[in-house]
Amino acid sequence: MTITSVASGTSGLSDVTSDDASLRRFLHGLPGVDQVGAEGRAVALATRSIKTTAKAWAIDAAIGMVDLTTLEGSDTPGKVRSLCAKAVRPDPSDPSTPPVAAVCVYPDLVATAVQALRGSTVQIASVATAFPSGRASLQTKLADVRDAVLAGATEIDMVIDRGAFLAGRYLQVFDEISAVKQACGTAHLKVILETGELVTLDSVRRASWLALLAGGDFVKTSTGKISPAATPPVALIMLQAVRDFAARTGEVRGVKLAGGIRTTKEAVRYLVMVNEVAGPRWLSPHSFRFGASTLLNDLLQQRHKLTTGAYDGSDYVSID
Amino acid sequence: MVWRHTLPSKAKVSAAKAAAKAAPVDPPARLAVRKTYKLYIGGAFPRSESGRSYPVTDAHGKLLAHAAQASRKDVRDAVSAARKAFAGWSGATAYNRGQVLYRVAEMLEGRREQFLAEVIAAETGTAADAAAQVDAAIDRWVWYAGWTDKYAQIVGGANPVAGPYFNFSLPEPSGVVGIIAPQESSLLGFVSVVAPAIAMGNTVVVIASSQRPLPAVSLAEALATSDLPGGVVNLLTGSAAELAPWLASHLDVNCLDLTGIDPADRVPLAVAAADTVKRVFAPGPIDLAADPGMSRLGAFVETKTVWHPTGV
Amino acid sequence: MDTFDNANPFQYAPAPESRDIARLKPSYGIYLNGEFRDGRGEAVKTINPATEEPLAEIAEADATDVDDAVSAARAAYQGTWSRTTPAERSKYLFRIARAIQERGRELAVLETLDNGKPISESRDVDIPTAAAHFFYYAGWADKLGYAGFGPEPRPIGVAGQIIPWNFPLLMAAWKIAPALATGNTVVLKPAETTPLTAITLAEIIAECDLPAGVVNILPGGPSVGQALVEHPGVDKIAFTGSTAVGKQIQKSVAVSGKRLSLELGGKAANIVFDDAPIDQAVEGIVNGIFFNQGHVCCAGSRLLVQESVHEEVIAALQERLQTLRMGDPLDKNTDIGAINSAAQLARVRALADSGDAEGAIRWSPECHLPDKGFWFPPTIFTGVSQANRIAREEIFGPVLSVLTFRTPAEAVEKANNTPYGLSAGIWTEKGSRILWMANRLRAGVIWANTFNRFDPTSPFGGYQESGFGREGGRHGLEAYLAQ
Repeated sequence: MTITSVASGTSGLSDVTSDDASLRRFLHGLPGVDQVGAEGRAVALATRSIKTTAKAWAIDAAIGMVDLTTLEGSDTPGKVRSLCAKAVRPDPSDPSTPPVAAVCVYPDLVATAVQALRGSTVQIASVATAFPSGRASLQTKLADVRDAVLAGATEIDMVIDRGAFLAGRYLQVFDEISAVKQACGTAHLKVILETGELVTLDSVRRASWLALLAGGDFVKTSTGKISPAATPPVALIMLQAVRDFAARTGEVRGVKLAGGIRTTKEAVRYLVMVNEVAGPRWLSPHSFRFGASTLLNDLLQQRHKLTTGAYDGSDYVSID
Repeated sequence: MVWRHTLPSKAKVSAAKAAAKAAPVDPPARLAVRKTYKLYIGGAFPRSESGRSYPVTDAHGKLLAHAAQASRKDVRDAVSAARKAFAGWSGATAYNRGQVLYRVAEMLEGRREQFLAEVIAAETGTAADAAAQVDAAIDRWVWYAGWTDKYAQIVGGANPVAGPYFNFSLPEPSGVVGIIAPQESSLLGFVSVVAPAIAMGNTVVVIASSQRPLPAVSLAEALATSDLPGGVVNLLTGSAAELAPWLASHLDVNCLDLTGIDPADRVPLAVAAADTVKRVFAPGPIDLAADPGMSRLGAFVETKTVWHPTGV
Repeated sequence: MDTFDNANPFQYAPAPESRDIARLKPSYGIYLNGEFRDGRGEAVKTINPATEEPLAEIAEADATDVDDAVSAARAAYQGTWSRTTPAERSKYLFRIARAIQERGRELAVLETLDNGKPISESRDVDIPTAAAHFFYYAGWADKLGYAGFGPEPRPIGVAGQIIPWNFPLLMAAWKIAPALATGNTVVLKPAETTPLTAITLAEIIAECDLPAGVVNILPGGPSVGQALVEHPGVDKIAFTGSTAVGKQIQKSVAVSGKRLSLELGGKAANIVFDDAPIDQAVEGIVNGIFFNQGHVCCAGSRLLVQESVHEEVIAALQERLQTLRMGDPLDKNTDIGAINSAAQLARVRALADSGDAEGAIRWSPECHLPDKGFWFPPTIFTGVSQANRIAREEIFGPVLSVLTFRTPAEAVEKANNTPYGLSAGIWTEKGSRILWMANRLRAGVIWANTFNRFDPTSPFGGYQESGFGREGGRHGLEAYLAQ
């Protein structure tokens, strides 16, 4: 093996990826997850009531954490340019509205996005590695990644080989993530676990650790193409993974929730979860993201409501 | 059949004759070996630590034997033997307990004539009454032997809680039961209070009928040869009035069965029992001829409810 | 990787529930024979334990009111209630269940004001579970012949019921619902510090047109309870409260021969094995001891943690406790409310101090205690030994005693080493070990990989000095049926 984990040797984690058996022992030695208990905790966190100043802060924070996404076969440069405009200035009527964290597009549209976002703080994320299924050779996947990076992507959202993971070929998944990480160069790597296909929270915990050990900067729930996508219990387990990884290594890695989050209420609940499970230091676009498209408009509408006091209508935000 | 005896006052001649007929007759040629009636504690047959004994007579006042007169220290020893035996007996399978109880019935059946003679000697009824009692006592063991692995199915079960949990309730034995056996019915009364308690997995300290203790002591010999682990049944003979308060106040006794205590004398015992929140069973007159039912099975069990999430 | 400022930008603003929802009245009395009137006992103020402000004045009952209430209950038992068909009884109980749901928010706020518990708990646990108990037992009223207590089960008569202050409305529901379903009539005494929801329940019962005298509610102190226990017209006593008082009641009842059920104290072991789902176990530990400020008879007040994961579990627990929010019970974001009374606070303090004195190590998260009201921070004692008072006595407050064990057998031995036996917790991913442990733990309720779950279908009650009789489920009927 030529690729070594970025996790520091002092944390005692360098040995766990030395061979398939060690990796399996480590992942299966992680504490189990009781599904009902985890779901109960997620529900309890959702009962936090966030009002007034806290809500205003949360809405702006959430806007700044959005990876504004379009991942359709019908995407065109025009669609991407319009999305980028919205990303930079989500609410033209209110310049105090922060820009989003990133736009997220297919590799062939990265160049368009780069052009449209020039001069802004908005990052360019691209899905790669034969998104969404990941069913291609490693060479093809790596070529996909290099394409996107060369075109100017600053963040790569890769998918793991769920088939290999479910079949227990953990080292193969690990090596693939490590290879992609190398191909990324300076671009940040988000590792999509596709938790809807992993099914159990035990698998989500193991896959999260696997991705973190292999050098993923973020663990990400879903492609958005499989249901269920991001759910509160899955988010809880992934946040616990980055929390525990940081406690072990001192390195703060991020979590990205993607798919199915459409309302401000849900987004704020997830911020509460980030705050109380991982901790306040994760309340930043550097370590927490929402992959979404329609969520942004709801955040903007709620922002209007807070500033004007009146409920908003969909005609007062742009539909892209 | 009704076995409602009065304590010996007016002995019936016919009963005495029947007793004489049924009792084993010592061969004139040989001097009989008499039995020493002792206590039964922890699987052994000790005399009372006090060294005391008291005369037990038949309905005519004829001396039958000197029974051990247990002391409070014997109560203490019996309770600690019962406690020691509890984990094993309560942890035995219900099937195993049923086998053991049935084995007791087998042992009694084989010694039917001996028990018949002893009951006739101890009590005041006719030989036919005594025979019916012995038969009923044997059959009572069979009745309770069959209950050991069914009771939990009748009273336990799954509870449909409103949530993602599997939840079930099961009866479990309460622990060490202190029993004062009926005073009149020497054998059937004794069996009727002891068998249901141990069928459920309790261990017992039982004070036999004060004036008619001998059949119970012989029963203990049958218990000792029935694969019943030592300490599950601990038998004391002597004065119930003297011993019962020590059982009632003992911190390591979980339940108190006052069947053999006159209702007028029960209150101080029940009050003492409250110091450790004992389960006190103080039923009305016991009708030994009636179907024993389930009530005594339920007297000394606890309901344990277990929750577990159902998830993947 | 990035590092960030540790200062938390996300400060939750207060989200208090409105006190007006409780529709507090300046004064409350007793509910006797279908009428609301002042009791003939003392007039006492019930206070908000979170602020020490008086909430209302209670004209408490006295012994003569107990006489009247028992007579009314007897008359109703022999008259209207025995003439009410089981199906009608059932419908009355369904009505009450629905009415509690309708007024749920009002009851929740009232409960939180009077008791000090967080609104999230009264809203999500106390009130809905109270309604659920009525709903569950409603269905039993006309099906008692199928319950396994013989073909023609009969009620006992007049039930005297005495309930504690930790779950005021819920305990009233646990007591009243099965008693009425089985055809008994009731005289209930709520706890002196928490009478408000019980009296409001009386209003609900009156609005449901339950015949006069079937339910009588008499707020009052210990003397009222004693009068009820000793009253010759009462056939059955049901008591939930401390083991010390339970023993006194059992003695009194030993003389009078009434039927009795007792739900008393506990000192539950919450046992965490090294293969436990640690994050959920930490939640279970928190829920086990800090739910309702630890004012829970089945609280997991002794944490038995396997030595190999002791440090890991304690570290995770301490981290988790930092996120607990203590303060205004009406704030929807409050996790830990006020201690119910000055007397209880004094008891919790004294026992916690004994922990210090006996050499255990005390830890609490940094938290600001309000100036007014009765407050005690969530507290963990490590280095506790079995012999320490805080490992043996029920503290009934937010104080956790942590002990360690090495083997399953040692865990069982330590868990059972108490005169109590109400509940226990087991945390392990190994199914066979759960069942092995559950078999051996001498407690009435065993929670495996969960804790402090309650349901009307699930029997609840203790072994040994935690009491006898069961509440909830089919088993709960037995305590109110003649033998």
